[in-house]
Amino acid sequence: MNLAYRDVRHNLFRFLLTCFGLSLLMAVVLSMIGIYNGLVVDALTIARAPGADVWVVEEGTRGPFAEASRIPADTRESVARLHGVTAAGSVTYQTAEADFAGGKLRLYVVGHEPGRPGAPKDLVAGRPIARSHYELVADTRTKLELGDRLRLGRNSFQVVGLVRNHVNSGGDPAVYITLSDAQTLQFELAPPAARVKIARGGSVEGTDTVNAVIARVDPNISADAVADTVRRWKHLAAMSQAGQENLLTRSVVDRARRQIGLFMAILLTVSAVVIALIIYTMTMEKLKQIATLKLIGAPDRTIVGLIVQQALALGGIGWAFGLGVVMLVKDYFPRRVVLEPENALVLAGIIAAVCILASGLGVRAALKIDPATALGG
Amino acid sequence: MSTRDRKVLIEIDAVSKHFGEGDTRVDALRQVSLDIRSGEVVALLGPSGSGKTTLLNVIGCIVEPAAGRLVIDGEDVYSGRWLRGDLRRLRLDKIGFIFQFHNLLPFLDTTDNVALVLELAGKSRRQARERAVELLEYLEIGHRRDAMPAQLSGGEAQRVAIARALANNPRIILADEPTAALDSKRAGIVMDLLRKLAAEQDACIVAVTHDEKIFDRFDHIFHLRDGRLDGNGGEDGAATG
Repeated sequence: MNLAYRDVRHNLFRFLLTCFGLSLLMAVVLSMIGIYNGLVVDALTIARAPGADVWVVEEGTRGPFAEASRIPADTRESVARLHGVTAAGSVTYQTAEADFAGGKLRLYVVGHEPGRPGAPKDLVAGRPIARSHYELVADTRTKLELGDRLRLGRNSFQVVGLVRNHVNSGGDPAVYITLSDAQTLQFELAPPAARVKIARGGSVEGTDTVNAVIARVDPNISADAVADTVRRWKHLAAMSQAGQENLLTRSVVDRARRQIGLFMAILLTVSAVVIALIIYTMTMEKLKQIATLKLIGAPDRTIVGLIVQQALALGGIGWAFGLGVVMLVKDYFPRRVVLEPENALVLAGIIAAVCILASGLGVRAALKIDPATALGG
Repeated sequence: MSTRDRKVLIEIDAVSKHFGEGDTRVDALRQVSLDIRSGEVVALLGPSGSGKTTLLNVIGCIVEPAAGRLVIDGEDVYSGRWLRGDLRRLRLDKIGFIFQFHNLLPFLDTTDNVALVLELAGKSRRQARERAVELLEYLEIGHRRDAMPAQLSGGEAQRVAIARALANNPRIILADEPTAALDSKRAGIVMDLLRKLAAEQDACIVAVTHDEKIFDRFDHIFHLRDGRLDGNGGEDGAATG
């Protein structure tokens, strides 16, 4: 006879209500894990999208994501001629805001040269950019649809393709436009500002500047060796794709990652305390019954089993409900929630350990109770 | 069979028990000696703090005496090394408890409340439930076998509690105010039932009670005062035999 099950069945509504409360807490913990993962994945998605092996940026910077970087656009030809480089492309990155559907749309604008490295490869709808100007490929999170028009700077762009999950480390969805359009958007002064500058005796600078040049390298050639060659030119810096990813996770999103990690640890501690209190309270309510069990000859393992099994059931059901809740709502989060099966399993293990430890308090109280308590009125 | 021919099931010899030390020391039992034989139904009487509950707890192997000897159905308790598990086994095998407030487990139905004791003793679930139903029928409460404790009247719940106490055929049944929660009619029925069980199962019944309505149902009444048995070994005559 499983006493834990029978007790739960007897107070099923109350038990499920407790599980539901705990599951919301578990859902928050799982969400934090998902957001923590999503932060890293988001940061890496944009860097991985062009399929680069080497990133060439301005000397003395760690661009283009961690720091601002500006290099001449003709750097691409020089890089393309290096031994082992199979393809090279210029790219620009900038954050912009656009008006759309009566609201402001915050975008991460990526400029690239169609046909060269830098274009998004995993379109979920539409086609890649085919014209030199005024076409864009947008992330689905922008809520833009094929054929929509969007004004960026002084120009209007038509959506021709859609990609999914292309966002920067801040969670802003990406739009891809041609390099020349991006250069205009990023570097060209508005006519009134240009006129003022000329009137003051200045000259209007050219816009043929890019944030980085990305290169694909022959699989038989080391990307680090190509990066070393670029660094010898003194006016440029270079890093491999692995170095860029390392920089992103260690530097760009590190603080946010730590904050979420700390918050997650606090939530887990709170969960442990809540579970311990619930189990302790459940045990204290049953002290007379436990005393009766002891008096009629129930061994300690029966009493420990009653408490630990209920604690594990509480944790298990709370975890499962919590997981279900997160899976249902994760797509509605403002940030990407990436929950891998191993994350959920690790949390299940932690919850199981917490439940066993938390039930220790209840078990201690139960084992200490004098069977004679059952005889009292 | 004469009284003297019956087996001594409970042998208490110069048992003492105190709680606390120094100024706070309370001598709950002082050199108490008595024998209770099979088939006997005895009452422990006394004012509050006289030691009757402590004596019941000592007999139930819940409280260890500070001095003296306790023999339960031939087993010399506490002589040599007695572990908690040994006392648990002794309680499970030889002692049944009936409480003032039935103390049925609220999450088990009537049958399982009785069957639980049998399962703890190692019986299979099927055997345990069969025997439980048998006992409930014997106590004329078989029709309530599927009811939960909250659905039972006081008298019904107490009969289920008696069935639970009898489940393992214990030789000793300890009852703490078994009729306190019942009206006089039901109290009489419960006591008659206990007398019948004692006679049929050759067990002894020790009850702590204040209920004067049922004094005539006991073979012997032992009076306790300040931890000692009063007067003539505390014994106050026998009722119907």
